[in-house]
Amino acid sequence: MKALYFAWVRERVGRAEEELNPPSTVKTVGDLVAWLRERGEGYAQAFDKPSAVRAALDRVHAREHASIAGAREVAFFPPMTGG
Amino acid sequence: MASVRVQQQDFDPGAEAEALARGRTDVGAVVSFVGHCRDEGGSLAALELEHYPGMAEEEIARAAGEAEARWPLLGATLIHRYGRIMPGERIVFVAVAAAHRGAAFAAAEMLMDYLKTRAPFWKRAIRSDGAVEGWIETKREDDQSAARWSAAD
Repeated sequence: MKALYFAWVRERVGRAEEELNPPSTVKTVGDLVAWLRERGEGYAQAFDKPSAVRAALDRVHAREHASIAGAREVAFFPPMTGG
Repeated sequence: MASVRVQQQDFDPGAEAEALARGRTDVGAVVSFVGHCRDEGGSLAALELEHYPGMAEEEIARAAGEAEARWPLLGATLIHRYGRIMPGERIVFVAVAAAHRGAAFAAAEMLMDYLKTRAPFWKRAIRSDGAVEGWIETKREDDQSAARWSAAD
């Protein structure tokens, strides 16, 4: 699946997007965050407080327990500050 | 039905609001809101707005759909800019047309609350001395304001 990172999540991870191939044990958004945290220091910093990071699956806001099965695009970003 | 635009360039709020009623006899109310880039204390050089292309348009359209399901609207235009925006410049625009003002006021307010808390945009402040101050944090009032609309009716 394609992963996109925005704002300070992007800066901490050190890239705007990448292709992810998580193992089959990773089933939810929360699992994916836990798996990403182990990928390196930048990821650990970005997901230091998982509750501070929001997620979207295929461009729709998704909560921690949402299943990632079938999702083609996942995005992680801080709480929105538009308007 | 709603017109949604995510763009770098400025917009003409008067023309956009006018367009919702032009040539129609059923529109009794057009409510519009313009959000500007505000400087507190004279130290802001610009805001840098990052967005999630694709999702930004889709999420704003979803909010418009919710407003249309809730009130009898006759049209809506929502514009959100991204990129570098200087103090005083326009950032966001919401206009809603309806037969009566009650629906138009309420829908415009809900849409702005949703835009601030659900549309994937992130602001970063750039100071007059060139320093990048970092990402602006969510205001609790904005979340509380948006939560009003999802409370049980």
